[in-house]
Amino acid sequence: MVRGVNVHYMASLNENEVLTAKEQIDLKNKKLVRKLIWLVIGSLLFAFALVPLYDVLCTLTGLNGKTNNTAAVIAKAKVDETRWVNVQFTSNVMPGLGWNFYPKQASIRLHPGKIETVIFIAKNTTNEVATGRAVPSITPGIAAANLKKIECFCFVNQSLKPGEEKEMPLRFFVSPELPKDVSDMTLSYAFFPAVK
Amino acid sequence: MSTTTVAHHEEHAEHPTGIMRWLTTTNHKDIGTMYLTFSLIMFLVGGSMILAIRAELFQPGLQLLNPEFFNQLIGVHALIMIFAALMPAATGFANWMIPLQIGAPDMALPRLNNWGFWLLPPSAILLTLPFTLALFGIGDGAMATGWTFYPPLSVQGGIGVDFAIFAVHLLGISSVLGSINIIVTLFNMRAPGMTLMKMPMFAWGWLITAFLLIATIPVLAGAVTMLLTDRHFGTHFFDAAGGGDPIMFQHLFWFFGHPEVYILLLPVWGFIPQILETFSRKPMYGYKAQVYSLWAIGALAVVVWAHHFFTAGMPVPALLYFMYSTMAISLPLAVLFFCWIKTMWKGSMSFETPMLFAVGWIILFGIGGLTGLVLADVAADAQYHNSYFVVAHFHYTLFAGGIMGIMAGTYYWLPKMTGNMYSEKLGKLHFWLTAISFNLTFIPQFFLGLAGMPRRIPDYALQFAEFNMISSIAAFVLGFSQLLFVYNIISCARGGKKATDQVWEGAKGLEWTLPSPPPYHSFTEQPIVK
Repeated sequence: MVRGVNVHYMASLNENEVLTAKEQIDLKNKKLVRKLIWLVIGSLLFAFALVPLYDVLCTLTGLNGKTNNTAAVIAKAKVDETRWVNVQFTSNVMPGLGWNFYPKQASIRLHPGKIETVIFIAKNTTNEVATGRAVPSITPGIAAANLKKIECFCFVNQSLKPGEEKEMPLRFFVSPELPKDVSDMTLSYAFFPAVK
Repeated sequence: MSTTTVAHHEEHAEHPTGIMRWLTTTNHKDIGTMYLTFSLIMFLVGGSMILAIRAELFQPGLQLLNPEFFNQLIGVHALIMIFAALMPAATGFANWMIPLQIGAPDMALPRLNNWGFWLLPPSAILLTLPFTLALFGIGDGAMATGWTFYPPLSVQGGIGVDFAIFAVHLLGISSVLGSINIIVTLFNMRAPGMTLMKMPMFAWGWLITAFLLIATIPVLAGAVTMLLTDRHFGTHFFDAAGGGDPIMFQHLFWFFGHPEVYILLLPVWGFIPQILETFSRKPMYGYKAQVYSLWAIGALAVVVWAHHFFTAGMPVPALLYFMYSTMAISLPLAVLFFCWIKTMWKGSMSFETPMLFAVGWIILFGIGGLTGLVLADVAADAQYHNSYFVVAHFHYTLFAGGIMGIMAGTYYWLPKMTGNMYSEKLGKLHFWLTAISFNLTFIPQFFLGLAGMPRRIPDYALQFAEFNMISSIAAFVLGFSQLLFVYNIISCARGGKKATDQVWEGAKGLEWTLPSPPPYHSFTEQPIVK
């Protein structure tokens, strides 16, 4: 015996389109499956949408220690001479790039708003021309947005001939909007083999 | 009308025999059996891998395995245990029991069901094939990144990583198909009168699991696809030199990875209360509270992912958010624990094997949960991250909370599935051996972690020697006790004392109204639930 529900439906259907109980269930199933497949596609798109979202979030908030990678406009902000900030420099060379790379000075003490120039030195120790790309990162991440680079070797790829040594300048200032509790920050550069 | 033909069909239960029966079957019981068998085999495969690792860790120094092979075993052990043992076991129970519990004749999409299962063996082969290929000098073995695939290591790794990526794709498709099937079955195939809030708890656990799978498996699939294109097609999703970010992979991975933990556990949280009420001979306490708690945990599961990499570098507000949201999960979980204990409270309890496992499960899973709270604490995590404390913690949740739960379910439903009683004596012996050796394996690992021993390293400092030795010996006892489990299942499937329809004195629910074993086609006429 087929239970009440299904029999009911059948009576209300057009004579030409009489569906058996099983066909009705199948139809209902198909509809739900279609909805669920949209959900799957939605999640997949969401995964790829997370890539730009992640970048936007990091740039907006500086959460990941990401700095500007194009030249900042020189601010007319006043130099805050009541305050000292200590900026430290570290450097790394990633596997695949046969370079020596280090900052000429380990750290610099400066007033927010004052433009400073520091020098990094890179030397190609191999006997081949090599192109690298420096990727910066700032700790604490919250200060990343406040370190403004005016001129940086990290804005473009750098090529070194075999044995060539090059001084790479970085001109920057720390914006006076730097949160009050930050007195030290570290700027780290990792030189990667440039991608094609 | 169609009823007569259906009834006719039921009497004969015609199906092809031999291998074709299993290749072509669309019957939920056959497919459930295949899932469970596959899961048991892979459980032994994954277990042997970890025994090789424990043998290496028996003493400090490198004795048996070279470090590269050690790393490969660690990652593949995890992938196999998670995707090929624990998940298929839960899906196997779903296939067997959900139609019986909700009074449906079969799963809603039987052919999809067949396909969902048959994607699993190829993916298991993909995962383990690189080991064999390496013997013939092709490639350098399976992926050696750990199961988390973190770049840049996974971008630099050998062909094993590609194999693992494709295996994850197949496993993902299989789980998504299974989930769609379960959701459709639960929404459309319930017996008349069975409202959602009358569904058995196991069905609820699976419904939430299925939604979590659909929401998160595609994210994992997307992440490993990005890894694949980074490896071979010149994209830079995770390459800092090209403007990408390796940390982003961790976010994508754990956006899937944390809900995955609950995906593994929710089905178990579903049937454990059913076992508790059966052997306490009183109704489940707090049905509604449990359902709402399951939903709350399901919802929280997708917003806490970053607690897996507190030490990767995050601003303090983010650390605090992920710490508090993670700790918030313990509230609905505490409700569940309370309901489980209250279900047994003043019940007329008896301790057959399923109940032993269920009660042991509550205690051990409780330890897993509480040590998780320790790790959720940002300040403490800086010390415990990537140490053996983490290893011990997630084995308390996934071995005790997952696999011992599955064992409880196996003993609970085995007489229903086979029609025969298993050996109660061997079952109890299996429980005690498992519970004791499990604790002896992992309690020392808590101490090792507190003392600072890092995970995933084949060698260790001398001061860790004693605890590692205890842990290794206990791991071998744990491993070999599982042979009792296998023997008990096989001998039960082959014969033994006949089981009654109800099997357990206190068992309630539609599956216990059918004969044991249930006919090949059951509930072709749906029962009415009041």
